[in-house]
Amino acid sequence: MALLDIAGLSVTLPSAAGPAAALRGIDLSVAAGECLGIVGESGSGKTMTALAVMGLLPEGAHAAGRAVFDGADLLTLDDAALCRLRGRRIAMVFQEPMTALNPLQRIGDQVAEPLRQHRGLGRRAAREEALALLERVGIPEPRARLGSYPHQLSGGQRQRAMIAAALACGPNLLIADEPTTALDVTVQSQILDLLVELVEERGMALILISHDLAVIAETCDRAVVLYGGLAVESGPVATLLCRPAHPYTRALLAALPQPAAGARLSPTAGSVPQIGGFPAGCPFADRCPIAEERCWRERPPRSEIDAQHEAACHRLDAARTLPARPGPAR
Amino acid sequence: MSPAPVIEAHAVSKRYRLPRQKLFGSRTEIRALDTVDLTVAGGVSYGIVGESGSGKSTLARLIVGLERADAGSVEVLGRRLAGDPRALDGAAQMVFQDPYGSLDPRARVAAIVGEPLWRLPDREERRRRAAAAMAAVGLGAAELDKYPHEFSGGQRQRIAIARALVTDPQILVADEPVSALDVSIRAQVLNLLRDLGMARRLTSVVISHDLAVILYLCGRVAVMHRGRIVEEGPAALLDRPVHPYTIALRDAVPRLEPGRRRHRTERAAAAPEELLNGKAGCAYRARCPRAVPRCAVERPPLTEHAPDHRAACHNPG
Repeated sequence: MALLDIAGLSVTLPSAAGPAAALRGIDLSVAAGECLGIVGESGSGKTMTALAVMGLLPEGAHAAGRAVFDGADLLTLDDAALCRLRGRRIAMVFQEPMTALNPLQRIGDQVAEPLRQHRGLGRRAAREEALALLERVGIPEPRARLGSYPHQLSGGQRQRAMIAAALACGPNLLIADEPTTALDVTVQSQILDLLVELVEERGMALILISHDLAVIAETCDRAVVLYGGLAVESGPVATLLCRPAHPYTRALLAALPQPAAGARLSPTAGSVPQIGGFPAGCPFADRCPIAEERCWRERPPRSEIDAQHEAACHRLDAARTLPARPGPAR
Repeated sequence: MSPAPVIEAHAVSKRYRLPRQKLFGSRTEIRALDTVDLTVAGGVSYGIVGESGSGKSTLARLIVGLERADAGSVEVLGRRLAGDPRALDGAAQMVFQDPYGSLDPRARVAAIVGEPLWRLPDREERRRRAAAAMAAVGLGAAELDKYPHEFSGGQRQRIAIARALVTDPQILVADEPVSALDVSIRAQVLNLLRDLGMARRLTSVVISHDLAVILYLCGRVAVMHRGRIVEEGPAALLDRPVHPYTIALRDAVPRLEPGRRRHRTERAAAAPEELLNGKAGCAYRARCPRAVPRCAVERPPLTEHAPDHRAACHNPG
């Protein structure tokens, strides 16, 4: 039973040239205790998916479809109901902790805020709980840090503090949008380990959004590959790496320089489509080596390849011949 | 062994002073580079890898003459640099990380790419050479009259590379040349840099935090940590490093291994991250699993660990 079930989610954004499609009907689901990865390049729609779930779409945006969280459709809830869910049952961690944290508020108060807001804790109780949270996320000298401002912390510590605030009310679903992109690799590794530990210890569901296929592969159970506002492929990460079906997934794997592999990369020509410029048919058609006429015209339907493994492509059979460097089999 | 060095840095140090924390407080100094020696032979592609604050970008800027060293000397192509990029007369050029920030949005591509040829009085000649540089990066002469905003990120980085090539440099320094690009675009630019290096026999210095990028582009590598080189040798050393910091770096790099993080029994303990360099001893000792008492008192020098492979560690792995 899925905790969050998204079906046919589409989002249009206002633009000078009229409504621009940012998401064109994506489906995904995540269960308790599961890590779902959303991988995609800039403009693919990964952040828009998260914002739609959180009810934080920009002014003038229009969302259609369904996003059912524990029986309630998030797209139809009113602001008050969303406010009760946000921060309590669904929490989010953003990419840049320096802009997501309030620079004028002490760390302790920011972590305590959801506790006071949603759980009605008093000042002192909330502070004690905040202290325990900072300790849990591995911030050194947590008591001293309660009184620090965000600028006094390093990037990794700020991200830990934001995770502490997100965890405050014990959410059932945590959405982490590129949580480690601004961090050094050694710090990134610690933060990803922390997220995985929290999923395992709390049975929370995690949606991890990243442009980095390797981050998704080693952290998540299943993943959805977004391109041009469409979910082009989804499945268990091992399947996506070893038997990628969609030409875009294959191209992505073939374009990754891998340590201990000297072979020449095979890049895909062209550039990534941006919001407002998505074609009518398959968004990858103009870069796809096996695209045919109908790929430009008709949006490819999703087809099931095997259990849990789906791809949206008109030419799945031909795609098997395309280069892809599969990840090492386990 | 290899041809004569094209870049030679001897005991180079560079300090930056941080702003005061309090009105009458003292200003802390950060040692961005701490007595670094670097020798790059002609025709070699040399990688410098490290995390933020390691001093890798400072070293790159010293090589092209954008910064002046506080101590030590930098010689490039036999010329001694003193913080004036013009001394090299276009023989060493730089490509920056962010193709959105490094191109003047109000200038046409012809002016951007032709700018390093500012000494040439002949406008037509400048344009002709700009077109040749554009062709070298796979862009047509028709693009010369466009503005940067008309291009995608990958194309902009090509334009930045064309600008660097227009003087026909012997040395190309690229600071995180693909970090700002989308994954499917990165491979295009990586292949371009690799091909250009070979076709033009460039000596190149590639700065990156990404070990895979260094392994793809470079023959030699220096690993930097807190302003010092901690390990140096053929790029393949990144596969079997001996310095504990390089080992930690290699292990932290995400890999295409399903479930690697989910079913791991031991996880790296989160050691405190210090911002400033310590006075004595090894700067990595607080996080180092192999630290011995000697690491706190004596700074390990960069010494030969195996033939052509040096490491600065008292207790290498």
